[in-house]
Formats: sequence, C-alpha cells, structure tokens
Amino acid sequence: MTTTLLLIEKELFEILETVSDPEIPVLSIVEMGVVRSAKLINGIVEVEITPTYSGCPAMDVIGDDIKAAFQQKGYEAKVDLILSPAWTTDWITSKGRIALEKYGIASPLSADADKEALLGNKKLVKCPQCGSLNTKLVSQFGSTACKAFFQCEDCLEPFDYFKCLK
Amino acid sequence: MKNNLIQYIYGIADNSLILGQRLGELCGHGPSIETDIALTNISLDLLGQTRSYFQYVAKLQGNGANEDTVAFLRLEREYKNVLLVEQPNTDFGYSIARQFLFDVFHLALLEELQNSKDEMLAAIAKKSIKEVLYHTRFSSDWIKRLGDGTEESHKRIQAAINDLWIFTDELFHQTDADKAMVAEGIGVDVTLLKANYYKKVSSILEEATLQTPSIEYFQKGGKQGIHSEHMGFILTELQYMQRTYPNMTW
Repeated sequence: MTTTLLLIEKELFEILETVSDPEIPVLSIVEMGVVRSAKLINGIVEVEITPTYSGCPAMDVIGDDIKAAFQQKGYEAKVDLILSPAWTTDWITSKGRIALEKYGIASPLSADADKEALLGNKKLVKCPQCGSLNTKLVSQFGSTACKAFFQCEDCLEPFDYFKCLK
Repeated sequence: MKNNLIQYIYGIADNSLILGQRLGELCGHGPSIETDIALTNISLDLLGQTRSYFQYVAKLQGNGANEDTVAFLRLEREYKNVLLVEQPNTDFGYSIARQFLFDVFHLALLEELQNSKDEMLAAIAKKSIKEVLYHTRFSSDWIKRLGDGTEESHKRIQAAINDLWIFTDELFHQTDADKAMVAEGIGVDVTLLKANYYKKVSSILEEATLQTPSIEYFQKGGKQGIHSEHMGFILTELQYMQRTYPNMTW
C-alpha cells in the first residue's frame, strides 16, 4: 500500500485523489490501488494505472477522468495502462476499505476466508448494513466483475461483497 | 519468429474471444438473473483478456494495426480457436459443460504461461489466472449441482458432457507455431497438460455422479483455422459493425 504512494509526488497525489472509480464513486482511484505511479516529466504528468479486472470497462473512463482532473489544474497528462504486477485487493487502502463498507459494499476477506465464503461453506462475510455475520451467498458474480452478491439473513438486505483477488 | 509469436497468441486469445462472444449471447437470456450475470461477467473477463492479447499483437504487427483490426477484420480461417469454444448454447447444461471443459484447460495453460520468457504474455497470464480461478470454481460448482441435482438435470448435463467430449482432445494438439514458441521458452507445451486435465475433469465428474465418457474418436480443426459450421454465424455477428461501417469507433 505505502509502496504505491511512494511513487507519486505529493502535488500530483492530491489531484489524483479527486478522481474516483466510476462504479464506486466514494472511492478514489488512489485508495483503490489502481494508480501505480505518477511523475512529472518535462512538464507532462505521466500516470501509470493498472486494471482491477481485465475486462473492467471503468478503465477507459478512469483514464479520461485523470486527464481531465490534471487539465483543470493546468497540467497535461499521459495515462498508461500496465498489467504487471497484477492488481490485488491487498492494494485497497484501509481508508478505502472503510469507504467501501460505508457505501454498502463488504470489503474483501483474506484469500482462504474468501474461498470458504464463496463456496458457501462458512458464514464469514459481514453485512455492511447491520454488521451481522448471518449472511448467505446469492451469486459468486455480482453487479460488476469484482463483486459477488450476498444477502443478510437478519436484516434481509441484499449487498455486494468485493471479492478477494490475490 | 514474429509471425510465429503472433500465430501463437491467436491460438490462445481467439479461444477467449470466441467463448466470450458465445457467453455474451446469453446476456438477458440466462436461466436466472444470477447465472445470467455470472456468465456475462465471465464473458467480460475473457474479452478483457482478449483485448490485452490483441493490443500486443497489434503492436507486433505495426502498420496501423490496432486491437479492432485484429479482432474484427480477419477471415474465418485466420481465427485459431479450438472447436470446443464455438459450440452453441444449446441449453444451460451445454453452456456449463463447455465452460467447465475449457476452464480446467485454461487455468492449467495460464499457470504455465505465467513463466513465459515473453514478459507481456507472462503479465497477461498472471493477471488472467486470478479471474479464471473464479470461472473454474463457478463452472465446477454447476457441474456438481446439475449432475447431483434432479433426474432431469443429471440427464441433460451428462448429455452435454458426452456431446462436447469429442472436442477436448484438440486442446492438447500442437501447431507449428506452438512448437516454435515452446522451443523459444515462450510457449507452453500443451501435450504435457493432458494427463492432469483428464484426471481433474474426471474427479469432478465423479463427484457430480457423472460418467466420464470413454469415446476414442475426437474432432479437430479449429487450431488450423478449419472451423465447424457455427463459426460463420459467430463471425457474422461479431464483425457486423466493422464490416458494415469500416473504421467506425465508439
């Protein structure tokens, strides 16, 4: 997490923090761990981003939003998509995880717990509405490629769970 | 070398493209909302992976090629996907059986490809493995659920497995491009994946109370560009916009 931030200059970091994931508007792309580096080279900002999932349709929009955010502050920006190292949910910052929960999306568990939860073996995913662990898997795939669909058996609210990607 | 590499990438990427297209047909037509969304999410992952491969191919080709020209402007015989992935969505059992028979192979292939000497292919493989793990889990789960479900679901998933079985052997055939890339340390020797594949598939079928087919006759051709009668229909739909409105962009 911190290694991500080290590659980003402070002034640029503040601008990048204003760009959010279009699917999850409460989460900035920095908290999401999507921004891998940002450097000012010869007056042009060069940003590297990495996709959460290969087919994530938000990546094109994120690229455009980054350019627009920098343009507003008088910078020209160039955005490159890199694949390696591959994104993992470990890169979502702790601030990002809190934002996810507040927004009603259960944040990713550890890889082992994730597997148990998605096979429906154990009740490990906490309802972001009422905090109950009495939840059930409805579908391994949810509203976007990165989420699974759950329902709370206590408050009955359906909710998304952000799948662990390691 | 460059041409072999491009042909080798087609052999991998076209599987994802054509299966992604097949699954996309189910958008809004899945048997339930959850399975509909799952199958189209898998489609999206596969098409995303295809884009990464095709952007790389376009860069290798140069001359103004881009991912769209690679995806949409080739002729049928220039697509190198296996016959398995072009088989139709006859019923939910067929879609799941096709997915399962492909996923188990796909995962094993990517696990080897991530060690490729080609950095780009290794990076795409590493990224894709994480997604394909979910695909494999989904399709294996459904094989068990349908096999060990009702009399009707058991009968239909067994029929789908039996019918699609003849396309499994082709997954392990080597093309000339394959051999050249294996020699370079770039490609995966698929012949080495075969024994484990059938072992894994059989064990899940057994768990699902299904029979592993014992037929000895197999179909082949896709890897050489010789496709089944379904391919023309798939490409007609896939290529329609670029053929009708050349160079169109969104």
